[in-house]
Amino acid sequence: MSTLTEPRVETPVSRPDIEKAGREARRTKFLHWVAVHSLAIAAALFFVLPFVFVFLTALMSDQQALTRNLWPDSWHWENLRTVWETPGFLTWWKNTLMYAVLGTSLTLVSSLPVAYALARFKFRGRNFAMMLVISTMMLPPQVVIVPMYLFWAKELHLSGTLWPLIIPMAFTDAFSIFLLRQFLLTIPKEYVEAAKIDGCGDFKTLIRVVLPMAKPAIAAVALFQFFYCWNDYFGPQIYASENPAAWTLSYGLESFKGAHHTNWNLTMAATVLVMAPVIILFFFAQKAFIEGVTLTGVKG
Amino acid sequence: MATVSLGLRQKRRKERLRNLAFLSPWLIGVGVFFLYPLASTVYFSFMKYDGFTPPVWTGLKNWAYVFNDYPMFWPALRNTLWLVIVMVALRVLFGLGIGLLITKVKTGAGVFRTLFYLPYLAPPVAATMAFAFLLNPGTGPVNSILGKLGLPQPGWFNDPAWSKPALTLLAIWGIGDLMVIFMASLLDVPKELYEASELDGAGAWKRFVHVTLPTIQPIVLFAVVTGVIQTMQYYTQPLIAGKVASGVIGGSGQQFEPGYPDKSTLTLPQLVYNLGFQRFDTGGASVVALVLFVLAMIFTAFLMRRGSGFLATDD
Repeated sequence: MSTLTEPRVETPVSRPDIEKAGREARRTKFLHWVAVHSLAIAAALFFVLPFVFVFLTALMSDQQALTRNLWPDSWHWENLRTVWETPGFLTWWKNTLMYAVLGTSLTLVSSLPVAYALARFKFRGRNFAMMLVISTMMLPPQVVIVPMYLFWAKELHLSGTLWPLIIPMAFTDAFSIFLLRQFLLTIPKEYVEAAKIDGCGDFKTLIRVVLPMAKPAIAAVALFQFFYCWNDYFGPQIYASENPAAWTLSYGLESFKGAHHTNWNLTMAATVLVMAPVIILFFFAQKAFIEGVTLTGVKG
Repeated sequence: MATVSLGLRQKRRKERLRNLAFLSPWLIGVGVFFLYPLASTVYFSFMKYDGFTPPVWTGLKNWAYVFNDYPMFWPALRNTLWLVIVMVALRVLFGLGIGLLITKVKTGAGVFRTLFYLPYLAPPVAATMAFAFLLNPGTGPVNSILGKLGLPQPGWFNDPAWSKPALTLLAIWGIGDLMVIFMASLLDVPKELYEASELDGAGAWKRFVHVTLPTIQPIVLFAVVTGVIQTMQYYTQPLIAGKVASGVIGGSGQQFEPGYPDKSTLTLPQLVYNLGFQRFDTGGASVVALVLFVLAMIFTAFLMRRGSGFLATDD
């Protein structure tokens, strides 16, 4: 990070001080490179090794998983199959997928018009509405869980299912509204006005003009919501715990640990199978993801 | 003139209907899933109600119980304070450090970024389970490596003094979100500022303090405040860590009193669950929920006041 430039080739060698300075600069640059990259490798080890140890343990034999060994003596790939074929595991998978897919779709459909209205329409109380969105976004779900549970369980008799978690998403999600609105603000007004001059109504403008331009934000919101549903533990614990047929992976994983109390290898194999889908999804959608995270903070 | 004002009024009415149509899913959602249950929580905080017999008015009894006699309330609040001071601070520090590091990496930056980001995505239950294994005092890889190096081997999730540091380690592992936010803001720092300060002969540290920090200061504040709010919501990781470490886990028949070991992993959201769904004390659960609500709203108000970008409009 020095401003010294390398000596040009045609410079006479009779100026040793410049060459020396150039050599020194190169050396500093090289040392800097080494320092930065060793730090980065050390950090990478911290982030990656937990995955590695979990994976290695998942493939150990029952006996070896109870020892302090770090490397499997023999590779038991069948552990993954044993977990997969555990009664219930496939049901948890299906339930989680249903929760995530339905929840994400409903959230997108309901939140986009609201985000658009909050970004573009002028009306009294718009600022207040925005404050309400941010407040609900920051609200721990436990604050309203007692009356909500009574509502779903006693009034609508829907406990033991995932519907109390899915249905509210048809009535928007605060974080998704917030993220979409932040992005919609960046779309130049001229596009919307041009559409209006062409005779498009507000709804048509939203679908035909704004929606295609908001694709990156929509992708980010969809991913966040999908992950939220996939990872949710508290919701299924409250509403689905009484009925194993409605359990999700996150909730089922915990009970799996209970049933295989001493088998760290099987528990880690289950952990691998729960982590794998989100990590694979990430590799396919990395860009949308990073853009989404940036969107949450950059405007702060 | 009359026709103009009539037309205007009609236009206004049409606009109002349009706004209502666009906002209706949210208006219903806020009413049914926020305002109604919030009012109901306030109501229940003054009631004795076990979910089976009709609620009875008890005045401030629930409040007195939670603050004076419920043995988990103050430990949970103290833990929250610990987590805010240590965990949030370390997460911001490491997030900034890792973000800074990644902007300096010349070779393989994409690979490093992906590796650093990945743990953030691990489902909390799975990640906590993984750390409960990694850090288990008996056979865990971390202690076996520490043992080989001749270093002390803490009890981690089984030791009240080490359970919060262990949770902090887990939280730092999943730092990907902060890293990305810091990275984006670091890349936004104008290059001219660096060049100017370099001409003034400022070293790397001085450049960081006088150029980088002032520019990214709003993002640091954002990270701190959202970190505090996340701490108010901290539920799954401490609960699962306690369950796995204590060995009491699984089947719906078993009851796990959260906070293992020795109340050291209690957080406020866990109290709502403990009171409302394990002790069937709706009133007490509502009191804790309202305390949680007030705390979360204080920090949210702070965020909205300072981070004006949150409420920015297009005009």
